[in-house]
Amino acid sequence: MKLLHGLGSPTRKRNLASPAAAGRRTLAAVGVAALSVGMAACGSTGMGGSSGGSNSSGGTAITTWALSGASNDMFQKSFDEWNKAHPDEKINASYFATNAYKDKIRTAIGSDQAPTLIYNWGGGVLKGYVDAGKVMDLSDIVKQNPALKDKFTPSVADGGVIDGKTYAIPLAPVTPVHFYYNKDVLAKAGVNPPQTWDDLLAAIPKIKAAGAAPISIGGGSKWPYLMWEEYLVDRLGGPDVFKNILANKPNAWSDPAVIKANTMIQQLVDAGAFVDGFSSVQADSSADLALLVSGKAGILMQGAWDYPSVSKIDPKFISSGKLGYGAFPAVPGGKGDPKDVAGNPTSYWSISSKATPAQVKTAVDYLVNGLWDQSYVDGMISSGEVPPLKGLDDRVQKAGDYPAAIYKMTNEAPSFQMSWDLALAPAPSAAFWTQLDLLFNKAETPQQFSDNMNKTIGQ
Amino acid sequence: MSTAKTASGAEKALRTGPSSWMVAPALAFFLIFAIVPLILAAVLSFTKWDGINPPAWTGLGNWTRTLSDPVTFQSLWLSFKVIIVSWLVQTPLSLLVGVFTAGRQRYRAVLAALYFLPLILSSAAIGIAFKSLLDPNFGLSKAFGIPALAQDWLGNPELVFYVVVFVIAWQFVPFHSLLYQAGTRQIPASFYEAAELDGASRVQQFVHITLPQLRYTIVTSSTLMVVGSLTYFDVVYILTQGGPGYATRLLPLDMYLTGFASSDMGDASVLAMLLVVIGLLLAVGLTKLTGFSRMTSQQEGA
Repeated sequence: MKLLHGLGSPTRKRNLASPAAAGRRTLAAVGVAALSVGMAACGSTGMGGSSGGSNSSGGTAITTWALSGASNDMFQKSFDEWNKAHPDEKINASYFATNAYKDKIRTAIGSDQAPTLIYNWGGGVLKGYVDAGKVMDLSDIVKQNPALKDKFTPSVADGGVIDGKTYAIPLAPVTPVHFYYNKDVLAKAGVNPPQTWDDLLAAIPKIKAAGAAPISIGGGSKWPYLMWEEYLVDRLGGPDVFKNILANKPNAWSDPAVIKANTMIQQLVDAGAFVDGFSSVQADSSADLALLVSGKAGILMQGAWDYPSVSKIDPKFISSGKLGYGAFPAVPGGKGDPKDVAGNPTSYWSISSKATPAQVKTAVDYLVNGLWDQSYVDGMISSGEVPPLKGLDDRVQKAGDYPAAIYKMTNEAPSFQMSWDLALAPAPSAAFWTQLDLLFNKAETPQQFSDNMNKTIGQ
Repeated sequence: MSTAKTASGAEKALRTGPSSWMVAPALAFFLIFAIVPLILAAVLSFTKWDGINPPAWTGLGNWTRTLSDPVTFQSLWLSFKVIIVSWLVQTPLSLLVGVFTAGRQRYRAVLAALYFLPLILSSAAIGIAFKSLLDPNFGLSKAFGIPALAQDWLGNPELVFYVVVFVIAWQFVPFHSLLYQAGTRQIPASFYEAAELDGASRVQQFVHITLPQLRYTIVTSSTLMVVGSLTYFDVVYILTQGGPGYATRLLPLDMYLTGFASSDMGDASVLAMLLVVIGLLLAVGLTKLTGFSRMTSQQEGA
């Protein structure tokens, strides 16, 4: 059943990425529990040589917690290879389901018991750690090892930078949000993939007439709503609108672009653009994707993290050429660049500020020499995912059309907007979900939405 | 003085039996796992704490904000609605199923085993299963082509409340049926024999013997139901996450979301204290109201 897809690959879902979203994932069992906190906090050789020759002495064994699920293998392979080559600087990883991890890491960090390497999603939660002094400033280390900055796609590396200082290093594939199409449904309705907002509006009655829902959306999981919001606001008002919100400018949520975007969303709802019962369609169990793949809907806006799930629902869907994909349509008259993307840049490693110098040395050695080694990159590309690295054009081309398209989309984007619920602090982020739920269900007006969100500024 | 002491000591030992030290382990557990956290939550309710930074004292700020927040009252009202509607749905059902399965016939035993099946399922499993069943496109709604079933069960803000009540009932009716089954089996058969000799019908026997004899079972079951309804969380959380909008954001869910989604432990602690106070008031009120504390055998009064 659909449910199983969601359970099977929780880490590929966007849900793993949201801090506020205690709710969005299914309750997969905690992956591996045996917490080997048995790290010898011994040798304090000082962090003098932290810039890293690989086998240099002075490091020690460290711990980390990562996510169970699909990416479990990717991490473990990387750690295994590292541990084999660096018996003095072993990394002991424990794996947790996303939900369990989020609760656990917050408690651990709050009580200064965090593992040395801290898995995080950047944004508002990382800022919370930084403000409380719980994660290390890596700026000097990046300065000594320019590759830690230069090799990454800049918009992705920026997710680990707060107030000009680097606190986190990318560790996972880049996953922008874009449109998926069912080409069969579009062909039956006689429409082309919409390039502009007007195209999209014109396509709605035609797809309905062809007997399918125009747009699938997983409203029951709540977070899919925000993808529409962040794209429309960016297209209408550019990235500055959300920057003002993040900067806690008074009444930033009342920006005309936000009101306009929300009005357009409600117009879509009124036009019946979204699938029947959209407010209880579950994205966490891929029901939204299943609607598209099974031909019950023509268009779905989702993240690149959903691509591997397509083949799980219908193994022939991609190979038979039914899957289309493309950027979010341009909005005529809007200030934003139609090449802007939104989504989850990636996830990140940070280093606990409570780690001993020897632990820090191991962590830094791994980040510099171990993490993005050849086999890590190869593994990612071979599974159709796009590493957040520069200069991979040729290799990504060879890997297939989809990775190539995602790579192009990401690297050509003037702005890569991090998902708003990740970027916001926890309290506004939780309110944002609920308010969007009310907005899409027409339980409140765009004006009420802005008023209610304005109250969360600075919380 | 010393003689008086020994005398009273001996007297006490005679009266109470085992040493009162026997209660110490239970009491210790209760202190550590109930009272201490309660006090900590009470303290936290006067602080601002996000779980990472040290808690900062804010006085009554959390209380005034939370108690003036319409969402709190909406949640409180919803919780009361769940208590009342759940009781109205679950009590008659459990009573009938319990009395029915109390019979010793083989087919009733088989049916009883089926009825009690939900008891062995975890709340999470029940929530996930119903969520899939109620999926608007791949579930019950479209499966049979019956228009009455084609509802947006979890997405319609009016309907979703009753869906939640239904799923909760599905989960808990078996437990309460079990209470009623046990209660019914305790009623001496001689009552029914006498009634039968007097020519009482089945319905008359039920109304005049079974119901009065089950009085304290009803009180027990109702108390559990009411106090339990106040803290329903898991199934609702998995089914709806409190949505759509605020439609199923019960008080315990509001507390959880405030604490762990918004990382606002101070406000969440205020809500927790509200839950404690309301729960205690309900439990004490119910026992007082029903004379449960003066419980005596009813058998001679039948």
